[in-house]
Amino acid sequence: MSKIQVSFKLNGKDVDVLVEPRDLLIHVLREQLQSTGSHIGCETSHCGACTVDIDGESIKSCTVLAVQAQGAELITVEGLAQNGELHPLQQAFMDEHGLQCGFCTPGMLVRGYRFLQENPDPSEDEIRYAMAGNLCRCTGYQNIIKSIQKAAVDMKTANATSAE
Amino acid sequence: MGKSESLKRQDELKGIGCARKRKEDPRFIQGKGLYVDDVKLPGMLAGAIVRSPYAHARITSINKEKALAMPGVHAVITAEDLKPLGLHWMPTLAGDSQAVLADEKVCFQEQEVAMVIADDRYIAADGVELVEVEYEMLTPVVNPQQAMDEDAPIIREDLVGKDEAGQGKRKHNNHIFTWEVGDKEATDRVFSDAEVTVREEILNPRVHPSPLETCGCVASFDKVKGEMTVYITSQAPHVVRTVVTLLSNIPENKVRVISPDIGGGFGNKVGIYPGYVVSMVASIVLGVPVKWIENRIENLSTTAFARDYHGIGELAADSQGRIKALRFSALADHGAFNSHAQPTKWPAGFFNICTGSYDIPVAYARVDGVYTNKAPGGVAYRCSFRVTEAVYLIERMIDVLAQKLNIDKAEIRRRNFIREDQFPYQSALGWEFDSGNYLPALEKVLEACDYEGLRREQAEKRANGELMGIGLATFTEIVGAGPSKNCDILGVGMFDSCEIRVHPTGSAIARMGTITQGQGHATTYAQIVATELGLPSEEIEVEEGDTDTAPYGLGTYGSRSTPVAGAATALAARSIRAKAQKIAAHLLEVSPDDLEWDVDRFQVKGNPEAVKTMKEIAWAAYNDVPEGMEMGLETVNYYDPPNFTFPFGIYLCVVDIDRKTGVTSIRRFYALDDCGTRINPMIIDGQIHGGLNEAFAVAMGQLISFDEQGNLQGNTFMDYFIPTFMETPHWETDYTVTPSPHHPIGAKGVAESPHVGGIPCFSNAIIDAFAHKGITHIDMPHTAYNVWKTIHSLGLDK
Ligand code: FES
Ligand code: FES
Repeated sequence: MSKIQVSFKLNGKDVDVLVEPRDLLIHVLREQLQSTGSHIGCETSHCGACTVDIDGESIKSCTVLAVQAQGAELITVEGLAQNGELHPLQQAFMDEHGLQCGFCTPGMLVRGYRFLQENPDPSEDEIRYAMAGNLCRCTGYQNIIKSIQKAAVDMKTANATSAE
Repeated sequence: MGKSESLKRQDELKGIGCARKRKEDPRFIQGKGLYVDDVKLPGMLAGAIVRSPYAHARITSINKEKALAMPGVHAVITAEDLKPLGLHWMPTLAGDSQAVLADEKVCFQEQEVAMVIADDRYIAADGVELVEVEYEMLTPVVNPQQAMDEDAPIIREDLVGKDEAGQGKRKHNNHIFTWEVGDKEATDRVFSDAEVTVREEILNPRVHPSPLETCGCVASFDKVKGEMTVYITSQAPHVVRTVVTLLSNIPENKVRVISPDIGGGFGNKVGIYPGYVVSMVASIVLGVPVKWIENRIENLSTTAFARDYHGIGELAADSQGRIKALRFSALADHGAFNSHAQPTKWPAGFFNICTGSYDIPVAYARVDGVYTNKAPGGVAYRCSFRVTEAVYLIERMIDVLAQKLNIDKAEIRRRNFIREDQFPYQSALGWEFDSGNYLPALEKVLEACDYEGLRREQAEKRANGELMGIGLATFTEIVGAGPSKNCDILGVGMFDSCEIRVHPTGSAIARMGTITQGQGHATTYAQIVATELGLPSEEIEVEEGDTDTAPYGLGTYGSRSTPVAGAATALAARSIRAKAQKIAAHLLEVSPDDLEWDVDRFQVKGNPEAVKTMKEIAWAAYNDVPEGMEMGLETVNYYDPPNFTFPFGIYLCVVDIDRKTGVTSIRRFYALDDCGTRINPMIIDGQIHGGLNEAFAVAMGQLISFDEQGNLQGNTFMDYFIPTFMETPHWETDYTVTPSPHHPIGAKGVAESPHVGGIPCFSNAIIDAFAHKGITHIDMPHTAYNVWKTIHSLGLDK
């Protein structure tokens, strides 16, 4: 099969990569670009472990072709911390014990990161609804919800302080 | 120096009892974990498995030509290729053997037939499509009851003529073992004279633990050095190493097994799977590393189902509901090979914990294992071996008895509990319960939930034709396998280990024989060391999972890490402290007996100014020790527990049921757990939330089912129920503390209790909603459709 060159931005950096038309984005990220933070839990778009952010949307990267990322802006879990500082959601997952084995965590964080931009002040029900595409087998979800709530509060406080 | 100053120093250690943040989190939240599928070695190839479409068939031919002709395919391995190496079959942990690749016939759908090794996973998958296998179909046996029919098809032709399969006598070609415990005659006598008896057939359906990460490995054989290195999703890396040596004759010192970060285990990652073995062979043959990662369909179809216990429970009691005898039996469907993960001599695990939290004078239990044309396994899905099945039976049966006698379900438990003054308690089926205090815990939960109020509300609702259920489970677990006098795996005693080294500047490393899969070992073991040694937990590194560096241990499952390796940790630390005391005495020029321990230092009795801190002692250990003493400050402890531990819990669940649709909604779930000494309350709560969610999954929706041809009906996350944020209830947790008297720090282990106790609690709630209509039992899973069927059969949806 002849390869196709795909160019996109991955966590702020331009990347060019040669892929086969059938290559799934998750495999290209993990195996060619050494970006192994995003995980594979099902390959059938049920678990969300592979969630990445593409042009401002949460996307399960096991169900898109790498060629579909042409020209896009991608954010993965590796890109959430900025200038050596954890994103408030990452910090909150640590503070509220929002992870155990850590396998679902990158997907949870990337989805939560986008969700908090869509809804900066979510109720518990809204969190449950918006996060339902991401499965976790370890935590029973409760502490993930607490983590997202904490991040929402922290981000609001930070915004208020920086606006002053 | 006063008490408050000591307490302050104690706080700073962040030791036992502290809800310290997890040490492992920073790498996971930044995508820097290292799971098996993240391992990439130079020249690595990918393996993919050709699997059987049929549950029972003879293989008439395998043609590899087309696959081998495909560019990028390096090899196709079948049983024929493994035969010369003697590796086409392998021993199981249960004393049976299992086909690594199907040897002339297949015995379950998706069974491993061949492995294609190729440049990458895409080409390997293409290669799988090109391997041509011809089958001649045989009649499958799907139902375990029918497996024992006189003329049932023979599943295991390799065992024909053998009257045992590693677990005692068998009496039929599809029979594996009979396991009995207790006094049958005495039990039968009590039953024949009893005022009241109840009997119920109770199923624990076949389910699957399905951690979010599937199983896999990277095998890398170094021809020059003769060394095999395997990265593997294993809950027991040392056991894997020993098995690899036994199978391959590569000396154990040349085998290195590494369990890196593990994406959840729940019993799924205890066994040794064909994919691992073939990957290792492929790496030896091809001389390059080979990676095999199963996909979700393969995981749900083949690696380690759980349960499939078809039980019959019977209780005999007096008219006041006091249980006089228990008689339980079960038919255990082990699938096509007995690769039940278990201590080798326990074919039914610890099923004899089935007397529960109750003082039952006499009992008898029996389990018969049978083969069927289904995937092998029978793992302990977030529980100790067969404990969920046992606890489910007793917690259901006591409700059945309560209903028969019209006694309240909390009251009947009060009447039967083992009393506090009876501990240590000898159970009728052979266990010595170490400690427990059930009654106050029950009262605490009943009060917290206003049980009386709930019952009143239920009565009102019933009067209005509404359905509301209240479920209780008051269970005792048996964990911490186990004393080597009872427990071994392939002859290796089930001890566990900890090696501690204190460095000159007072930081330390603890290396363990266990392996975390999310339980937070790096955090909690360090807390034990901190308290025992007086060094801050932040400065204690915990390392596990690499057999080259960790001391031998039996791994993490059956809630054994805290009871066994946690004890090893405390004892290793204590022996270091004993040496430190001698060094301190030498430095202070007093006798060791003149010293007392104060949080993080030794001080001369009656002279609080004369002290040596652990940090000072650590430094001295490397340059100024008493004459004749070895330098250094390190030790290793192999702990063989004197007994199991018996954590318990009191759970209460309130459910509302929509009587038009059968949709259930869990209004409240209250879980009180007593795991003895609590090491990290934050982690305990997290473990309980997770275990409850897995209990919810099993009780309310999980089912691995088959049609009559042995075709698996649903093996993706589309069909197999994994609760999402939406279905999962809110959890409330509570605790009491009854330390284990024989554990060095009194801890009992906790992570599995919520699964074990949660399942009957959900079921009891659902069934309680129909109790007033005479329903005594409904089998899991309680999906809306199944619940609706009950409603409909009772005409309640009118
Ligand atoms: S791997 Fe993509 S959703 Fe599961
Ligand atoms: S933390 Fe293990 S799957 Fe979520």
